[in-house]
Amino acid sequence: MSIAVRRVSKTFGTFRALDDVSLDVRTGELVALLGPSGSGKTTLLRIIAGLETPDAGTIHFHGEDATALRVQDRRVGFVFQHYALFRHMTVFENVAFGLRVRPRRVRPDRREIRRRVQRLLELVQLEWLADRYPAQLSGGQRQRVALARALAVEPKVLLLDEPFGALDARVRAELRRWLRRLHNEIHVTGVLVTHDQEEALEVADRVVVLNQGRIEQVGTPEEVFHHPATEFVMHFLGHVNVFRGRFVGQKAVFGGIELDVPDAPETGSLEARGFVRPHDLDLSVTPGPDTLLEGTVMRVNAAGPQVKVELRSDAGEVIHVELSQERYRALALAAGMRAYVRPRDIKLFPSNARAAGAAAPVG
Amino acid sequence: MAIAALQLRKRSVLPGFGLALGFTLLYFGLVVLIPLAALVVRGMQVDSAAFLKTVTAPRALAAYRLSFGASLAAAGLNVVFGAIVAWALVRYRFPLKKVVDALVDLPFALPTAVAGIALTSLYAPTGWLGRPLAALGVPVAYTPLGVVVALTFVGLPFVVRTVQPVLEDLDAELEEAAASLGAQRWQTIRRVILPEVLPALATGFALALARALGEYGSVIFIAGNMPLKTEVVPLLIVIKLEQFDTGGAAALALVMLAASFVLLLTINLLQRWSTRRRAPLGD
Repeated sequence: MSIAVRRVSKTFGTFRALDDVSLDVRTGELVALLGPSGSGKTTLLRIIAGLETPDAGTIHFHGEDATALRVQDRRVGFVFQHYALFRHMTVFENVAFGLRVRPRRVRPDRREIRRRVQRLLELVQLEWLADRYPAQLSGGQRQRVALARALAVEPKVLLLDEPFGALDARVRAELRRWLRRLHNEIHVTGVLVTHDQEEALEVADRVVVLNQGRIEQVGTPEEVFHHPATEFVMHFLGHVNVFRGRFVGQKAVFGGIELDVPDAPETGSLEARGFVRPHDLDLSVTPGPDTLLEGTVMRVNAAGPQVKVELRSDAGEVIHVELSQERYRALALAAGMRAYVRPRDIKLFPSNARAAGAAAPVG
Repeated sequence: MAIAALQLRKRSVLPGFGLALGFTLLYFGLVVLIPLAALVVRGMQVDSAAFLKTVTAPRALAAYRLSFGASLAAAGLNVVFGAIVAWALVRYRFPLKKVVDALVDLPFALPTAVAGIALTSLYAPTGWLGRPLAALGVPVAYTPLGVVVALTFVGLPFVVRTVQPVLEDLDAELEEAAASLGAQRWQTIRRVILPEVLPALATGFALALARALGEYGSVIFIAGNMPLKTEVVPLLIVIKLEQFDTGGAAALALVMLAASFVLLLTINLLQRWSTRRRAPLGD
């Protein structure tokens, strides 16, 4: 079932959590709401669920206005960051809860409930824990129980609020691959809230990047990663170096590099800011025509698939570069050496007006 | 004790076990065990036939009935209404909330005789509440109902104060989860909230009951103290003492002691049973 969010706003006291947000989630799609804390992502999820009422705007499920529907009547499955399991009930009873509280005429009989719960526990691979209590489970198991419980009511929409946020890194990576497989199996429309860009990029069909109550960009993981629409998205989706340059006529000039910028500003501030990801930078030990700047190698970390190099320019800026192992060996880099930075891709954003965090390189 | 001490002497990273246990036993002995032991000894000195005669006298039996009946009723009332008061204090914001919160403890602080006199003048057939109630055919003062009223008054804080912190710790997400699974409000209360606060309710009930069983000051004013009708056991004990019948008083006290102990132990065991498998969801 599709979800449509139309011009939703919400304030808590003086804090503007959501500011005129509109969003479409297509049937069967898994969408990630990604943003830092305070960006409004959880508020948006809770408004979709009916756990929060918007100050303005509407929510539509499958084209029908659901804004006034109570959470009980929306048929959404909601998974909480801290599981919210009923600790006085066994795993089985937790999963059966949504079926047992149904009005008598639509409540499945005892055998049917047992069958359905059993099937759900198989789906989350926990059938052997049916008689345990939540306190006896690990964090990852608890969250899988919470997911089975949410799926028991056959929700039309599955909403997950930082579902893996309380788990340690290994379990988190495991569970998110598992969630992706599960979604491919059951194909329920899903919205996942996360502040972890890796999680969003790995799990979701589409990513919605939120900042200060507004949507910065909506796109596939590839789109938002490779073609960020704003400085904020660029910053939020990974490490980035910021270089200062100037606009001269229709060009932006960074060191020895000139870029064509048809809509470059001709008056006002002529300072240009170029954004380059660490893996889009190359190093060489001799200067060339396309050298952006030069600096001294401060640190080299060759552990991992990529070699991380930290460089300090003569102006004192710190630049992060990621090289392949082969390139690193070919250059024979070591701390203290002089190196020349060459960008493969510089991104410019139309306006520097948007607040997008610090201008210094991140990370 | 020596055997127990030997078994418990395991190396612990938390120092002070011996000191803490020793102090606990000494304190407990001085404050609780020795007086109770004296009571038991005094009770035992009574000739067994006389003991039996005293504790099974019709007047004593009527007093047990009233004491236990009224105490159970009062504790029961407090469980229901105390839980509601705690709920209102935790979940809602309203004017003068702090004042109401402070008022809950007043029955603790007020001398019970003052409470008894105030309640009596209020519920007497000529009092503000007693007059309309008497007109309705429900006399309160000088009846068992009056005893229940007084015992409810002194027991109120126990349930409120035991349930309140549990409700405060109760995660609102539990209720949201229940609602998202389609549970109506009353289903959430019955299936999710009530099981969570049940142990606290049991504790509050036990405390209110214990307090009510021993209550003397507030009851004697409102009860009217008619033998066989509105006489509670503590009063009967005092009457025996005033007649210099310390043996009889000790005998009655022993019965009360034993019955109260069994009651409280039962409640404790029930509570233990209901929370047996529940550990907090910590991580």
